[in-house]
Amino acid sequence: MVDLRDHLDRTGGATLDQRELTRRRFLNRIVGGAALGTLAGAGLGVWGGTAVADEDHDAGADEMGHGSEEGPTSTRVRRWAMVVDLRRCDGCVENGTPPQCTQFCNWGRFVPEGQQWMEVVEQPHDDPPGAPPHTMPLPCFQCENAPCVNVCPVGATFHTPEGTVLIDQERCIGCRLCIAACPYDRRFFNWDEPVQPDWVQDSPYDVRTQTPAMRGTVMKCDFCTDRLEAGGLPFCANGCPWGALYFGDLEEDIATNGREIVKLSELIHEQGAFRYKEELGTEPRVWFIPGSGETVPRTHHREFMKDRLEWPWEEWSTEPAGPTAPGPAADGHAEVGSGSEHG
Amino acid sequence: MAQLVQAEAVPSADERRLRMEEAVLAPLTRTGPGYVALMALMLAVFAWGVYAWTVQLRRGLAVTGLSDPVPWGFYITNFVFWIGVSHAGTFISAVLRVGNVGWRTPVVRMAEFMTIAALLMGGWMPLVDLGRPDRLLNLLNYGRFQSAIVWDLLAITTYLTGSLIYLYLPLIPDLALARDRLDPASHPLRRRLYAVLAVGWHGNEEQWRRLARGIRIMCVLIIGVMVSVHTVVSWIFGMTLRTGWHSTIFGPYFVVGAIWSGIAAVIVGMVVFRRVFHLQGIITPRHFVHLANLLLVAGLVYAYLTFSEYLTIAYKLEPQDADLLNALFLGSYAPLFWTYGVAGMLVPLLLLALPWTRNVPGIVAASVLVNVGMWIKRYVITVPSLALPQIPEGWAAYAPTWIEISIVAATFAGFAFLVGLMAKAVPLIPTWELAEQMEAGAE
Repeated sequence: MVDLRDHLDRTGGATLDQRELTRRRFLNRIVGGAALGTLAGAGLGVWGGTAVADEDHDAGADEMGHGSEEGPTSTRVRRWAMVVDLRRCDGCVENGTPPQCTQFCNWGRFVPEGQQWMEVVEQPHDDPPGAPPHTMPLPCFQCENAPCVNVCPVGATFHTPEGTVLIDQERCIGCRLCIAACPYDRRFFNWDEPVQPDWVQDSPYDVRTQTPAMRGTVMKCDFCTDRLEAGGLPFCANGCPWGALYFGDLEEDIATNGREIVKLSELIHEQGAFRYKEELGTEPRVWFIPGSGETVPRTHHREFMKDRLEWPWEEWSTEPAGPTAPGPAADGHAEVGSGSEHG
Repeated sequence: MAQLVQAEAVPSADERRLRMEEAVLAPLTRTGPGYVALMALMLAVFAWGVYAWTVQLRRGLAVTGLSDPVPWGFYITNFVFWIGVSHAGTFISAVLRVGNVGWRTPVVRMAEFMTIAALLMGGWMPLVDLGRPDRLLNLLNYGRFQSAIVWDLLAITTYLTGSLIYLYLPLIPDLALARDRLDPASHPLRRRLYAVLAVGWHGNEEQWRRLARGIRIMCVLIIGVMVSVHTVVSWIFGMTLRTGWHSTIFGPYFVVGAIWSGIAAVIVGMVVFRRVFHLQGIITPRHFVHLANLLLVAGLVYAYLTFSEYLTIAYKLEPQDADLLNALFLGSYAPLFWTYGVAGMLVPLLLLALPWTRNVPGIVAASVLVNVGMWIKRYVITVPSLALPQIPEGWAAYAPTWIEISIVAATFAGFAFLVGLMAKAVPLIPTWELAEQMEAGAE
């Protein structure tokens, strides 16, 4: 992280402008995404309050799972899934920004510094020679046969009925066996006292949004199910400039990237989608459509800018919350209840 | 071999017994300055480690060199090491008792002391490693039997309890002896303590019968628990999908490794006790040679398992296996790996096998090397498999901080301190068993 700061200092104003630009985009996108989610309501309208497995923590579920009275009565349960269209992912090198899925996730979920719940990795290859490297966004795969859930000694990490894997940071003992067990390196530990904006740290604990973060516990991508249930998209999907990230419901067989609504099974099967490390038998809930960003126009050749990702919480916690801060107050579906009071 | 023959004229059986009892009870009442200095040093190192731990508790695990890619390091390595050492007591004491091996007697109790001290130090490590030690009780409140950590908790606590009982039972007649022999005027408190602990032992026939029965049951039970302990420790690694960990032989591999390092630890302890408490007449070179035989067998089995494990991985050679083996054999972990392989495995085996070095200095040197080597081996099992990237990223780095080094050092000092303390508190040698054997002409 020291490198990042040095870099920002050296590059000076240009970088700051870039940051402001992407932050503004962040605000526009997440509001826009929520609106589209409502449009997509025919497909993604929420029915039934979702039960989070741990009853201590489902207080927020009723607020989020609104519409239970107007929706059709059904006992069917959502089965959240994600599809990544790798043909549209170039790691944001064309735009000359850090990977925006990661960046939006960091900002939206108040990800503690250094962690990348949604992480874009680069895989160099020589086919054809000189081709740009493959880039691959890695969220938590929400495995149905999750090694992390299997090994947890205290049941702090668990499956929700909708099939996502959550962590109860109030129960986690910090043994890190789940980190050792995860074959995708998708789990992160709060080694230090996590730095987050004050209003996040002061908010009551919510297991679904993992806020506030706590020292000595494990965190990871949670699929933003609070946003999905409210008809929105996770922050990463909002952030993707090329619409590469689809979220949907296996039960209803529908998915959207915020621009189009598609039949999930067709998206998976007709494009030859694969799951990462299928052979391990972890049954991930994330599919990848093979590709290497070929649908992204390649007018510039820029560097992969993962090292420019930012976690602005350190600065925010020392400054009073400014109007430019993309706090949760900007978004009606924000996950931190106390955020609106703050804003 | 000349030392084997007692130089003095052969005294009568009763005299010999009395002299032996004197020698064994002497450390209880007489304390030399060397002992005090050594114990003070150990306590100081231990206290420094505890201070380091308080720093870590205050500031979190960020003070360690651990990171998300390498979430385990020195603490877990040290945990496996001490649980390994703890196998010594039981293996030597219980297995040899079941086999009715006569020469074991002077060695068993110090081995049992080491078991208990090693378990306490080993058991401390997971607690140090926890991100939220304040939530330790969650293991009881929400414990899931599907998790290897819960198996560990159960196995280690069972082993500690069993080892304490197994230490205590044969100790009862010795405590009674200490109660009867200690001068009540100069040691009133200790005498009363021994009286309580001796639970009214008078050595009548019924008591002996019950004691023998209890010991017999315990020594069979404790062997099973011993095997289970290091098996489930290995399963913390073996039950994951990590390259280098996901192996079916990890259970027996770890158990044999534990016996190998455990016997070596007992030999090192023995030479220290012999010197500090002047037990040269009771612990003879013969005992070292006998233990060296056991050590050699355990080492050969361990070498075989090591070979078998790496050959199987290397022959199929999946890409990740290739990366791991490259790093171990030729890459960044090669210095550690070959230090273990040569100095911790090959050289000790040669020292133990060759007739010129099958003497006390040679055996002790081999034992020290085995322990150093096995600590490195546990590190080489724990860290590289974690540092190996599972996604397209580079190798992760890990370097321990002074906090981790201090706490690991504290476990060694704490181990020595605890064993030293136990040796002062209760008779170090089972006098009645030794006497029985002297009568039977075994020793």
